[in-house]
Amino acid sequence: MLRALAAGVLVSIGCAIVGTFVVLRGLAFIGDALAHGVLPGVAGALLLGLPGILGAAVGAAVMIGGVSLVTQRSKLSSDSAIGLLFVGMLALGVVIVSRSSTFSGDLIRILFGEILGVAPEDLILQAGATLAVGAVAFVCARPFLLLCFDPEQAQVAGFSARRYHALMLLLVATTVIVSFQSVGTLLVFGMLLAPAAIGALLATRLETMMATAAVFGSVSAYLGLLLSYNLDTAAGATIVLVATLLFFAVLGIVNVRAALAVRGVVRTDGEA
Amino acid sequence: MMLAQEPAAEKPAVVPGAPSIRAVDLSVGYDHRPVVTGIDLVVAARTSLALVGTNGSGKSTLLKSIVGLLAPVAGRLEVLGESPGAAARHIAYLSQAHAAGFILPLRAIDVVRMARFPVRGLTGRFTREDHDLVEWGMRTMGVWSLARSPLRSLSGGQQQRVYLAQVLARRADLIVLDEPTSGLDAGGREVYLEALAAELERGAALVTATHDIGEAVEYDQVLLLAQRVVALGRGREVLTPDRLLDTFGIVIRDPHPEHAGRFVVAEREHGQPQVVDAWKGRS
Repeated sequence: MLRALAAGVLVSIGCAIVGTFVVLRGLAFIGDALAHGVLPGVAGALLLGLPGILGAAVGAAVMIGGVSLVTQRSKLSSDSAIGLLFVGMLALGVVIVSRSSTFSGDLIRILFGEILGVAPEDLILQAGATLAVGAVAFVCARPFLLLCFDPEQAQVAGFSARRYHALMLLLVATTVIVSFQSVGTLLVFGMLLAPAAIGALLATRLETMMATAAVFGSVSAYLGLLLSYNLDTAAGATIVLVATLLFFAVLGIVNVRAALAVRGVVRTDGEA
Repeated sequence: MMLAQEPAAEKPAVVPGAPSIRAVDLSVGYDHRPVVTGIDLVVAARTSLALVGTNGSGKSTLLKSIVGLLAPVAGRLEVLGESPGAAARHIAYLSQAHAAGFILPLRAIDVVRMARFPVRGLTGRFTREDHDLVEWGMRTMGVWSLARSPLRSLSGGQQQRVYLAQVLARRADLIVLDEPTSGLDAGGREVYLEALAAELERGAALVTATHDIGEAVEYDQVLLLAQRVVALGRGREVLTPDRLLDTFGIVIRDPHPEHAGRFVVAEREHGQPQVVDAWKGRS
């Protein structure tokens, strides 16, 4: 149980950093696609008796490569390209899993994760990956901030917009890959979006947005595990459900406060 | 307490003595498809160039080429004596639209601080000079009191002032602005014009795309664009009713005898009709 909580907190921290960029740069769809793109990779790896993470990495690489190829070669907008690959990869994943004798069990495990079954070595890998993601985000804080602000500004400021965009996608992919074990490929996306979205609602700086997201993500992991233990519900899904509910609760509070501010009842941080 | 004093000057242009912009038979456009061809111009340091034309006339395309976002389709283009893009550190560029929108959690001062990123690179620490320039830029544009306010809580005009403060804090040798006065109120415009005059005085060159013909007349050179070069030269010579008619489609002279030389320009698609006094000095 403690191991599950540690895994949940690690996922929350990684997802808070990366999710901030996903929310601010409108990368939600490609983040989602990555999360699903790893499915056939993981399924294939399991079928071949290889580590799932290896398969996930291959799946993510194919996804990113495929999206940029289709966007460059056809005049399709990137969301159509992403959508096509995403559905294709998902279908391929299900086809591969259907060859396995324990079809539904495997599929559910990949899609929704197995946070209660996280091994110590998984934790170490996750901690290492989270540290790496955090370090890259810290070093590249300036170009990443410029990219969120305006990609053209980044380019004119002498930071290659394409290179740092690719690096950002790599961080998203890394986070998705190491998190799928705990919350699954379907639900990691929820951890990527919900806490970061809460951060966007509350924070006035990028750093505080990430910190807010990490706190809300960790709280979701803790509450989710507690609830799932007591109510005997699926752990990963309960965590993501709590995170999503927290988002709507915060959204409601922020809107009520804004409405009250308009009537002059409370002041928001806006007026200086 | 720091005063809004101008901090010490920075290093000179990339290639000393080179004109800020030199274009020879330049064609600019997207994906090898030219939008405007045959542009020949020289912009020297301490001088200004205004680009005037309708939406889609090629103003923004030319600006993007100058700052290195678009490769020239044909011809030669030198910026500060180098190929466009190579001089990034010495250019301040304010684009027309900001992707920032309202979701980005940033304070006004964080936006202005970005101006110093090209100089300090990926991880270089901010110096006293950087902090002074940020404060000076924000004081000049009258937004220092809003420094710690979230960007999204500011009005459109205040945000535009913050963006212009960023341009000033860059201490650029070449300033490239795409319709910078949109959203500015009268007070903001006045501050903006004074600040740009000071930047020219300091030694920077200025290129501005504008819909404001009254402003363009005051520039050293005006380039009139309509998916081709209609005219290039001194404002009062270029911005004639005939040429504006050619560029914008509709020009109405004000028939009132006291308003001789005043005319109204209306765009085919976007923009407000404008009253222009192109011959204020002459008639």
